[in-house]
Amino acid sequence: MDKMTGESWVTTTFETLEDWAARNSFWPFPFGTACCAIEFMSTVSSHYDLSRFGSEVVRFSPRQSDVLLVAGTINDKMGPVLKKIYDQMAEPKWVISMGACACSGGFYRAYHVMQGIDEIIPVDVYVPGCPPTPEGLIYGLLQLKEKVIRDRKRFREQGRNQGNNQEKNESVNAGATV
Amino acid sequence: MSTLAPLSETPETATSTVQELEAVRARFPAGSILPQDGLDQPTWIVSRDVLAAVARELKDNPQTQFDLMLDLCGVDFPDREERFEAVYHLYSLHRGARLRLKVPLREDDAVIPSLIPVWKAANWFEREIYDMFGVRVEGHPNLSRILTHEAFQGHALRKDYDPARRWILTEDKIYKPHFDLPPGENEDDMFERMTVNIGPTHPAMHGTFRLMAVLDGETIVASDVEIGYLHRCFEKMSETHTWQHVIPYTDRLNYCSSFINNVGYCKTVEKLLGVEPPPKAVWARTILSEFSRIMDHCVCNGTTLVDAGGLTNFWYLFQPREEIYGLLESVCGARLTVSACRIGGLIQDLPPDFEARCRRLLEIIPPFVEDSEKLVNKNRIWIDRSVGIAAISGEEAVNWGWTGPCLRASGVGYDVRRAHPYDLYDTVDWEVPVLYGGDVYDRWRIRMLEIWQSLKIIRQLLDRGMPEGPHIVDDPHVALPSKEACYNEMEAMIYHFKLIMDGIRVPAGEIYNMVEGANGELGFYTISDGTGKPYRNHCRPPCFPIFSTFSRLIQGGSLSDAIVSLGGLNIVAGELER
Repeated sequence: MDKMTGESWVTTTFETLEDWAARNSFWPFPFGTACCAIEFMSTVSSHYDLSRFGSEVVRFSPRQSDVLLVAGTINDKMGPVLKKIYDQMAEPKWVISMGACACSGGFYRAYHVMQGIDEIIPVDVYVPGCPPTPEGLIYGLLQLKEKVIRDRKRFREQGRNQGNNQEKNESVNAGATV
Repeated sequence: MSTLAPLSETPETATSTVQELEAVRARFPAGSILPQDGLDQPTWIVSRDVLAAVARELKDNPQTQFDLMLDLCGVDFPDREERFEAVYHLYSLHRGARLRLKVPLREDDAVIPSLIPVWKAANWFEREIYDMFGVRVEGHPNLSRILTHEAFQGHALRKDYDPARRWILTEDKIYKPHFDLPPGENEDDMFERMTVNIGPTHPAMHGTFRLMAVLDGETIVASDVEIGYLHRCFEKMSETHTWQHVIPYTDRLNYCSSFINNVGYCKTVEKLLGVEPPPKAVWARTILSEFSRIMDHCVCNGTTLVDAGGLTNFWYLFQPREEIYGLLESVCGARLTVSACRIGGLIQDLPPDFEARCRRLLEIIPPFVEDSEKLVNKNRIWIDRSVGIAAISGEEAVNWGWTGPCLRASGVGYDVRRAHPYDLYDTVDWEVPVLYGGDVYDRWRIRMLEIWQSLKIIRQLLDRGMPEGPHIVDDPHVALPSKEACYNEMEAMIYHFKLIMDGIRVPAGEIYNMVEGANGELGFYTISDGTGKPYRNHCRPPCFPIFSTFSRLIQGGSLSDAIVSLGGLNIVAGELER
């Protein structure tokens, strides 16, 4: 093929290509409130260089991002804001809860601190630590990548099964009317 | 550019201060001011009726000149007839003297007069005491909750408030902005105006602040700032944990330089205990504090320039930080929230290559800082964006309660390390940089100058060599015994058990102790009732009064200037809202 056209070729399915792209181009929204946000800054800066994992396009607009990265303590005053940001994000969207406070309230078992952001929004990956090291956060992102691929496969299979069932039902119905 | 601090060279002796205070006291009716003896600093119990007059006199009298109101906090004593106490901490920059005023209040009549006419710094502190204790402030222009949300019921720092009792905030209750409009205008006839909301999650707002600005074209006519989005109940948590367990909470106050917070808190408790940490710990504390200061200034200056559009600088300044993380990690295992201090010393012995690592850092850091300075110092764009922007005079900054680099950029050379030396700061040769512009540029520049001074301090201490000896005091009532001793000796195990379960027994008393944090005087006002837990542990956050000035700073400027001026103030939400 290469010799025939003079260009490089790869053969693949469209789904594989789509998966590959989705896996390697997260656009995170850093919802940084506290100490974890500083570690997130470490993760994106030159030493750890998050762009090696295709997640460095940090967007501060919920409309333009697909991963909500909650880094820091969320308290009861911030809760409604977080919920609104999450609602404004377009599907498909994922949530990483970075650090002990976002996961469970951490050691702030207190009158003004939300005991984990899963009180108000669903979470895909919990990254423990207070704050997690950049390695920990990167590991969390890699876990999310796997989850994304797994989910896409599952949805495709579900879609296929549903489609088959529909065809079957339609043919049965058609037969009945005849 | 830099000069020695002019104000702190001749601190007055304690005896003369006492005489001058007595002279002021004699002017007020007998019984309205009662001195309380035996405390760490002169303390007066002031009757509420004369409070405003006393405050005015203390500030205006040239013999006392208490021009800086450092702090106001409440204390709750449910058993007393006069249940609440409003505690003011005052400081005289010219005399280096401190004074504490206590105002006892009955529960059914918990009202204090507002001191905003005397010190503008009182504004937010008075809102805080209202929020936390329900003490009403007469004459306050905007007495509303500041740290907790609007749907919150009760007052969290009262002793009878359950630490875990939460309230749900609904959207209809959220904060209504209070604009300080120019005279002759009200909100109804603002057809030409536009109100812009920035934050609480906005790339230009560092952390979690909310700015609401009324604009006339590009110009800010009036604005209001809302905080409380990171109130994590530090002071209530302190009251429910033992003295040692508070240390990790202090990390998370100013998380950009958490080690300095550790030192500040541990020194406070050590003073209450009467314990002196060993020379090795003091030496390492000084070095690591200065490294932390460099880290903090790097983040502050880096992000300030990001706000102005200069991203390169951020990468340059973040690398030294990353290198210092390596040192901290070798000392205690954590990068950011270190908890490396213990009451009476350090968490563990220093690693064998500590000095070598420090020396290596002294080589690595300067090129990055130099590069950054070369890029920015004479950069036309940066100068246009920062010189003369959000300027404040020294006098006004003091009135608003400023301390730290921001105050020193306005020409007032107050630095706790120089005025009230602690650790090893009085044994090394260094200067307090002072600039006089008071604008965004000078606030940026002064942090760069301080980085060089910090490096100078560290170099001298390293040349002196690491002191021999233990890293923590040898006192089983304060410091945990070694693991080896715990496993092999009955006595050591009992001490270990008692320290973990009951905490250190700190003798009853109260103290205000301060260190120079990365953005100002970081004070801890701590009360012990002799049990294993603090009765009250109040942190005097340096950026709280600084941020309360923000509305005034940006008024009349353009909206883009407001964004640039926020970074240079170095507001850290964890410390601001605790």
